[in-house]
Amino acid sequence: MRKTMLESVLRGTLTEPPPQPDQTGLDELAASVNRAARGRLGHSLSIRHVDAGSCNGCELEIHALANAFYDLERFGLRFVASPRHADVLTVTGPVTANMRDALLRTYDAMPDPKWVVAIGACGADGGIFAGSPAVVGGVKDVLPVDLTIRGCPPSPRQLLAGLLALLETAA
Amino acid sequence: MIGPRSIVTEDGWRDAIARLASGRATLLGLWGDKPDVTMALLDEGTGKVDVFGYTCINGQYPSVGAQHPPAIRLERTIRDLQGLDAIGCSDRRPWLTHDDEPYAFLPTEGDALHQIAVGPVHAGIIEPGHFRFTANGEFVVRLEQRLGYVHKGIEGLMTGATLDTAARLAARVSGDSTVAYSYAFALAAETASQIAPPPRAVYLRALMAEFERLANHLGDIGAVCNDAAFALMHAQTGILRERVLRASQDCFGHRLMMDIIVPGGVARDIAPDGVKQIGDLLAEIRRIFPHLVSVYDNTASLQDRTVGTGIVKPEFARQFGAGGFVGRASGRAFDARRALAYAPYDRLTFDVPVLSAGDVNARIWIRIREVEQSLALIDQIVGALPDGATKIELPPHGACEGLALAEAFRGDALVWLRLDDQGRVARCHLRDASWFQWPLLETAIDGNIVADFPLCNKSFNCSYAGHDA
Repeated sequence: MRKTMLESVLRGTLTEPPPQPDQTGLDELAASVNRAARGRLGHSLSIRHVDAGSCNGCELEIHALANAFYDLERFGLRFVASPRHADVLTVTGPVTANMRDALLRTYDAMPDPKWVVAIGACGADGGIFAGSPAVVGGVKDVLPVDLTIRGCPPSPRQLLAGLLALLETAA
Repeated sequence: MIGPRSIVTEDGWRDAIARLASGRATLLGLWGDKPDVTMALLDEGTGKVDVFGYTCINGQYPSVGAQHPPAIRLERTIRDLQGLDAIGCSDRRPWLTHDDEPYAFLPTEGDALHQIAVGPVHAGIIEPGHFRFTANGEFVVRLEQRLGYVHKGIEGLMTGATLDTAARLAARVSGDSTVAYSYAFALAAETASQIAPPPRAVYLRALMAEFERLANHLGDIGAVCNDAAFALMHAQTGILRERVLRASQDCFGHRLMMDIIVPGGVARDIAPDGVKQIGDLLAEIRRIFPHLVSVYDNTASLQDRTVGTGIVKPEFARQFGAGGFVGRASGRAFDARRALAYAPYDRLTFDVPVLSAGDVNARIWIRIREVEQSLALIDQIVGALPDGATKIELPPHGACEGLALAEAFRGDALVWLRLDDQGRVARCHLRDASWFQWPLLETAIDGNIVADFPLCNKSFNCSYAGHDA
């Protein structure tokens, strides 16, 4: 084990330079973020994630943000276990009828100020699942959305660009 | 692979139930196609699959679950979605629809028991589901799952859809198995229309399927260790997983290879430098992975958590027809690539690793061995990749139906497809391997401590999305 650890130290870092913050995201956010909130949070955001009906493809790419190549936490962005600790709620999936209440309760449990990020084609507007009786719609049909990161699923770089835009505006 | 169902009388239906109950056949699936119910059975000895339809009388059919418990959740689902009623099934609670709040969990009786309710929103970045633990101190005496939170009505959306739209829906049943679902859907459509895709497409499909298996197994091996607080493995396998996804992007234009396998072939060819990229990727994995395996094998504190934890008894794996690493870690050797030998796997050489311990450790080892097998399979596929076309059009065929299985990383994905005379989907049923694995997680946690549940759960890595659909 020591040998493996040593080798990974000697091999140098895999972590890549970050993408530019997503400009569309910046524009979208400029309208929604209260500037007074910026100073309070410092350059860090705690994120609570809820899968409200995703196929789990988006979750795979959100997970990838933690790997050595993207290393999300270097930007002060971190996923937290409790909505009580969170500034940002990321939501994937079309919102299913069966997840609607749980999503609302998670949002309600978050302290203000708070932001909502809809992730993926389904998070944006229900995507391919829109119109099913078992689906309520996109995240915006249930919660006020501050930022949408599209893609099926969005790549880790797209996710990072969107979250960095949020960090620039919000934190 | 498997053609139209046979319609049976009530006696025939009861014979099939008797075969299941006596262990002479394994249940592959049970679904409604109003006014019929349909079941698929596997004879494990011969690999023969039978598909039986029974026409309900007044919306009722003799319950399979009453004599063969693996069918119970399926029958509850049929009642929820099609309104067909299993006569004799004792569990009449809804399953995928959640209209009956509060849900009636099964009663527990005894001294000093307490309940722990977890979910649907969990502490990590995972899918939603509810787990109701009944514990005595630290020990779990019962786990009952409640699923259905990510039910999107996929089968309903497919009804009346074009083949293209339905294929895109199939690719989004469970994102981690998008290749396997597209594969199974395409095989079912081609079986129904009685055509065969071009040879190059056949090999490219298997290449993508092995890439997907590799990426998921690498991710899982690290994630299980991470749930035992061993982060080094997670970081290292995370690097290898990312390299597989990047190679997938470079070769096929999508990190998860979504929507590439389509009925009739594949939507695009491999990139011109794809074969070289694959060579580099395999060399890198072969250089690093053996070290990681040796770290796993030689870290006593990690093994202390995984060995003997979360045991699935072989008799349950057999009774439920559990596929994937859950079944193969508990002595059930079934692998759709071997048992149904769909092309090109009939021409490829590979082992199906099987262990009997049934614990978290065994499920990790099956994944380790399957990573090695997938590497060898990718070598063979790349070496034998035929030239030529990658797609043919499906000719109009009239009303038809077909069933297919494809081996996803977590087990067999089943797709049954019925097309109308316009070539549109009249009814499609998709059954994830998780259907027959989730119930075994309830048995595996029995007598373990609450704190070992995340470890057991991760070692199963069942799909919520695939199950709830």
